[in-house]
Order: sequence, then structure tokens, then C-alpha cells
Amino acid sequence: MTTPQWVRSERSERLETTDLLDRARSIAASVTDPEMPMLTLEDLGVLRSVSVEEDATVVVTITPTYSGCPAMATMRDDLVHRLADHGLRAVVRVSLTPAWSSDWITPQGRQKLVDHGISAPGAAPCRNGPVAISLMPTTRSLTCPRCSCADVALTSEFGPTACKAIYRCTSCLESFEHVKEI
Amino acid sequence: MADPQDFHDSAYAGLLDHDTVMDDSQWAFGTAHPDLQGEDPLAGVDTTVREGVDHTALAAYCLMLGDDALICSHRLSEWCSHAPDLEEDIALANIALDLLGQARLLLARAAAADPSVVPAMPAGSPVPPEDALAFFRQDGAFRNVRLLEADNGDFAVTIVRLLLFSTWRLALLQRLVSSRDEVMAAIAAKGVKEVTYHRDYAGRWFLTLAQGTEESRSRLLAGLDLVWRMYDELFVATRVETSVASAGVGVDPATVADEVAGLLEQVFSVSGVDRPELPQVGPVSGGMGRDGRHTETFSRLLAQMQSVARAHPSGRW
Repeated sequence: MTTPQWVRSERSERLETTDLLDRARSIAASVTDPEMPMLTLEDLGVLRSVSVEEDATVVVTITPTYSGCPAMATMRDDLVHRLADHGLRAVVRVSLTPAWSSDWITPQGRQKLVDHGISAPGAAPCRNGPVAISLMPTTRSLTCPRCSCADVALTSEFGPTACKAIYRCTSCLESFEHVKEI
Repeated sequence: MADPQDFHDSAYAGLLDHDTVMDDSQWAFGTAHPDLQGEDPLAGVDTTVREGVDHTALAAYCLMLGDDALICSHRLSEWCSHAPDLEEDIALANIALDLLGQARLLLARAAAADPSVVPAMPAGSPVPPEDALAFFRQDGAFRNVRLLEADNGDFAVTIVRLLLFSTWRLALLQRLVSSRDEVMAAIAAKGVKEVTYHRDYAGRWFLTLAQGTEESRSRLLAGLDLVWRMYDELFVATRVETSVASAGVGVDPATVADEVAGLLEQVFSVSGVDRPELPQVGPVSGGMGRDGRHTETFSRLLAQMQSVARAHPSGRW
């Protein structure tokens, strides 16, 4: 008995789509963040979904970390280019909701940050109702990513990119960046 | 002789090679070619306006909140390389960037809700709608409050203005998280996280300057007296705001007045500063910022902000 032609073609088509989706997903997941190139967009939690349309166009959905994130255009171009390098046509869409949270940085991403001298964020604040105004400097229990000393001082809540604060280690005296909790 | 066909001979030739380079991030207004995927900040976001929501009022409301963010952002960005120290320079630029992002999303939302608000551009112009709104409207078409228009003054004046603005804006954004317009709700949810940082920054500096030296305190008090004269305008509802509030997509600013006053009182009392009681700059010809009546300095701000874009509406030179 041989399988009828129509069953075979449908099955292989389905297999092809799954294969294409897997391929597209792994390529998109390997694209790195332009400002923190040690992280992939997946590590950062910015890559929300990858799907394949009927005409084989890959649709990648990303979300901005901050409203004014200037890296969005570069991320979009990098995704389109990288997929094109593998012969895939892609469009990139933006998702605004739910808003990105630093909690979405993967455990692997956090380890990579520390390995590169950047302090990883703690748990994002859970907000219900009006946000209280805080007139004292933010306190976080951090350790210096270089020497692991816990005696660190906040230099500024705003750093070289929108998502980072600047700290100074009082032991090794090095400045370091901390990814803020949002 | 170099072969003109070989773009490797010139480091710049590749920039102009539309066919092989599909990267439009190098172009003014974000795109070199209308067929290429644009840089729409709402690409892929469902911008359908809900049933029962007035498109015109929603767009007008988005312009108000978007223009507030744009003008505040522009003034803060003027501190770049002029702030008292490097950390404050970076902090003010970061806050300006967050607000610019909010402005871009809100202006794009306004354009999607009612395309008729977008100024007409020459045929073939690559200027996206949110840029057309920012750079090609006349002063009378802007809907920001007048509090944000004056020159920065010294650091104390900037801190006072940022404290008043961010306290008020955070109160509005927190309510807008439950807006019936899902795009507005999403923009607000992101904005709440950002403006919380802005308000804390301004509040801490307000306290530091008030309790610092005699000089810093006197400058802070002088700044407060200057900025406060535009305070009441923040809570005056226009017809647009009343309309969007009743439709469940916007907020009547009068409803946040008590909360904002309470929060500011916390900062004032810790800082040992009395809440000012000062005459307010009233309406001009029956209107204020939300009605398109602006201060003289606003035209100069726009001249600087818009001149390059206006000189090159096709994005080529």
C-alpha cells in the first residue's frame, strides 16, 4: 500500500512549516541587543514571538524596554538582516502590552550580565494603586560584579542607557552599571 | 581608475546602494524608500478605535499628552553638555529620551486615530506622521500646557518644573492605564514605570537644594515662584478632556488636583518649603496652552526644534 499523493504532500507541507518556524525562531533568538551585545534579544525578554505566515513570511514581535529605546530600529534591522542572510523574508512588529519588565531577563541573561561586569536587576516593584513618592535614594542589596563586595554606593539612578543605573564599589573602587528594576 | 560599479572602492558608496542594502536606519526620518518597511513605532499594534469613541476627540487628546512630553523633552535635552555635572547631564538626557519615546507613541496614536490632524507633506516625502506632527505644525496647533515652554533657567528652575510636571503626569498616566483605548492604556502602563523614576529624581533634588546651601535654597525658592504661576493651568479641563473622560478613554485633569497637591505637600514639608500662594497666568484671548495659546518663548523653541526638518521636508540634501 502506498500513501495517497495528497496525504503525503499535506504532511510534508506541515513538516516544512514546523521546520521553517523552528529555524526562524532560533535565528531570531540569536540576534543580540545592540546596546548590551552580550545578551540576545531572547535573553533580554524583548523577543515576544516568532511566527510564520502562509506565504512563508516570518513575523517577529518585539517589545521596547523603555518608550524611547533608541535601539528598536537597530533591533528591527538586525532581525530582518539576519533572517535574510538565511534566506528568510521577515517583518518585525511591535507589541506594547504587557509592558516590558526587567523580570523577563532570563536566568542565562542575568549570568551573562554579571560575567560582563554588569549588575543584574532584582525583582521589579509590584505596583497597585497610587505610586508613593520616594525622597530617599533607592536602596538595593547589590554586590559588585567585579569583586563581589556588598559595600556599594549609588552614583546615579540614570546611566549610559535608559535601562541602567550607575554604582561604585567602595572596596575595589570601580564604577559599574546596574540594570534597573521596572 | 576605480570602477564606478564597484562600491567597495568607496566607503560611502554602499550608503546609497538601495538595492543591496535594505537598511534604512541611516536615513533622515528613518527611511530612504517608501517601499521599505517603515519605522512606525506602532507597527503591528492594533490601532482600531473602539466603538463609541470619538476619533477626533481621541486624536486631540493624544496630541495634548504627546505635546506635553515632546516640549518637556526638548527643554530637558537642552541641558546636554550644560548640566552641573556628568551624572545630572546623563540623568536629564535619559528623562528627555523617555519623554520623547512617549511623545512619539502618542503622536503616532493621534495620527492613527484621525489622519486629518497630520500636516500635509510634499509628495514622496519620507516624513512619518509623528514627525510631521512634531516638526511641521505651527505653534497654534500645539496643545501642550504653557508650564513647559519657558527657557530652562538654572538647574533649580528645571528641577521645580520637572517635579510639578512629573507628579501631575504620573497621576494622569496611572488613571490612563485603565483607558478603554487599548493603545493609550499600553502607552500609559509603560509611562508609569518611567515617570516614577523622573518624579523621584526631581523630588530628591528638590529636597537636596532646599536643605543644601543658602544659595541653593534661595535659587530653589526663586524657581518655585517662577514656575508656580502656570500651576493651575494643569488642572483646567478643555472640552476635549471632558469628552474623552466621559467616554472612558481619557482623564479629566481636575480629578487629579487633590492627589497632586497632596504629593507635592509631602515634598514641600520635608523640604521646609511653603506651598506658594501666587497669582496665576490666566487665559489669553480666552484660551491657554491646550487651546493653542502659547507664550512668546514657545515660538523660539519651535523655531529651533523644527528648523532642520522644515528645511528638508523630503529628507534629502
